[in-house]
Amino acid sequence: MTLFPIRGGIHPDYRKEQTSEKAIVALPMPHFLYLPLQQHIGAPAAPVVAVGDVVAKGQVLARADGPVSAPVHAPTSGRIVEIGDSPAPHPSGLPQPTIVLEADGEDRWIDLAAPLADPFAATPAEIAGRVAEAGIVGLGGATFPSSVKLRLGQQTKLDTLLLNGAECEPYLTCDDRVMREYAAEVVDGARIMAHALGTQRIIIAIEDNKPQAQAAMTEAAAVGHTGIEVIGVPVQYPMGSERHLVQALTGRETPARRLTADLGVVVHNVATARAVHHALRFGRPLLSRVVTVSGGAVAEAKNVDVPLGTKVAELVAFCGGFTGEPKRIISGGPMMGQPLPSLDVPVVKGTSGILALTAAETNEQARQPCIRCGTCVTICPCGLVPVEMAAFIRNDKLDGAARLGVMDCVSCGSCSYICPSHIPLVHYFNYAKGMLNAQERDRRKTETVKRLVETHAERVEKIAQARRAAAAAAKAQAELNKANGASA
Amino acid sequence: MLIDVGSLAVMGATLGTILGVAARYLAVEENPLEQELVALLPGAQCGQCGFVGCGQAAAALAKGEAPVTLCPPGGKAVAEKLAKKLGVSVDLSAAEEHEPEVAFVVEDLCIGCTRCIQACTTDAILGGPKQMHTILTDACHGCSKCFKICPTEAIIMCKVPVTLGTWHWSKPDLDQRH
Repeated sequence: MTLFPIRGGIHPDYRKEQTSEKAIVALPMPHFLYLPLQQHIGAPAAPVVAVGDVVAKGQVLARADGPVSAPVHAPTSGRIVEIGDSPAPHPSGLPQPTIVLEADGEDRWIDLAAPLADPFAATPAEIAGRVAEAGIVGLGGATFPSSVKLRLGQQTKLDTLLLNGAECEPYLTCDDRVMREYAAEVVDGARIMAHALGTQRIIIAIEDNKPQAQAAMTEAAAVGHTGIEVIGVPVQYPMGSERHLVQALTGRETPARRLTADLGVVVHNVATARAVHHALRFGRPLLSRVVTVSGGAVAEAKNVDVPLGTKVAELVAFCGGFTGEPKRIISGGPMMGQPLPSLDVPVVKGTSGILALTAAETNEQARQPCIRCGTCVTICPCGLVPVEMAAFIRNDKLDGAARLGVMDCVSCGSCSYICPSHIPLVHYFNYAKGMLNAQERDRRKTETVKRLVETHAERVEKIAQARRAAAAAAKAQAELNKANGASA
Repeated sequence: MLIDVGSLAVMGATLGTILGVAARYLAVEENPLEQELVALLPGAQCGQCGFVGCGQAAAALAKGEAPVTLCPPGGKAVAEKLAKKLGVSVDLSAAEEHEPEVAFVVEDLCIGCTRCIQACTTDAILGGPKQMHTILTDACHGCSKCFKICPTEAIIMCKVPVTLGTWHWSKPDLDQRH
């Protein structure tokens, strides 16, 4: 298969060897699980349990609230001890509504809904429904509800399901290990998803630095059916970005503010495919995920199958704690991951890695003046002009940055990585995107207020008119009475 | 001679009619700048600028009788937009960044007098005579009319809390030039 080049990108030191040969180990069930109601993009889930309720493993604790939402299930049996605010695994550390479950140690399953006898005989809507009930979201880190993407086939003509096993972020090896250890489950999940989407073609894209995963997936894909292509893609960050992966494989660029589905391609992560396999074949909801714990400050780097809601501190303790004071704790990969304010936050559906980086690894250096070398322009995978956008943003001219396309920036961090002057370019863009979104929210609020003021004024006017009319009628009546009285 | 005079007369009459009709049907009733300025203002008719409403404020702005920093709820952002529209330069470094606020009823102090309900221009307050009042935060735009009118100081203005949905990275610090 011909591959097409993608623009720009970088070749960081991958440092995957710390965990790539570490088989996935299961974390012993913690005593307390902290399950945020929002672990996905969209509306937060609505709780259906109360404090004191005894729940079984796999029971729904909060249901999906709206078309783009996902339910939250109990990762083990136990008792609900609290429903309240708890710090979110987010750089702000702001509180977030969270259900706290105290495990009873029995790990007693609820009676699961019978799995579909033959998923390939089921309708796409049935499969998407099962995936929605299982609370499956994109496990690559974007956490978009997978069922919504599986329903795309009902609106758009699709031709390809692209399974994303690129895993281009340094350090992370969770997808690599899933592909190596559970290749058959991933392939089965992919076939079910392709059936739901109505696509004939399945491509599994894996970066060339994971030869064992490529071999395992090729072997699994050859069993039974045909029609699955396992493609090795060049090692180039950010190959795992869905837009860039689609471009590398089809040569077509996804237009700004459109979806890859408009090109007929739907991209799902390999771990998501495995979760779909579990949901459709066994009726099991998403209760745990594989997390890479790595970085120079971790005593024993590992790939761990972690029950959702486990506190990061417990996960770190399971990996032997820290060998030194970590400079940064990051959720996700080092390029696009988010720094965590503390270890007192839970592992959620989108947590692909927990990295404890030493000062040498973070390589934070003093900023220097921009020398206008243009490297950031050359490497920007989205074809933007980071140097110019940052100059606009520095001078508070967000409109100028917006004109240059700051909203199309995918925050891959390549520019910040490559900048010889250590200017935090992607930080500027994240700030600008946040500000522009806030301005948009303000604009919408102003519109709402205008509408409310107009309706209020209309109503007040109507009441005043009615009052005037009533007064006039009363006056007329009084005069009539007077006239009648005079005549009588 | 007659043809010359006649043709000119006909032309004059025709064009005159067209101009007359155009003046009648394409008439500009008010200063177009005013309407553009009204569109930039929040439109809440809160009166904090000292004018009766946003329309009057826009009229004053158009005549150059009011400064672009007149709108407290609009803050810096609106002042910048107004300055741009009017082509005036303004030093906004001194202008205070207005943080969005919403009103909140302290239930212990509310006596249910409904004065705030009558003052609210966006119907954001719910309640009845001698009944507890409450504020629908989504509809409140922080004009503080109710805050000023409340006889028992039961209404306080609170900063809109930052949530996970509205939080974003702050500007990289500028302690170093780059």
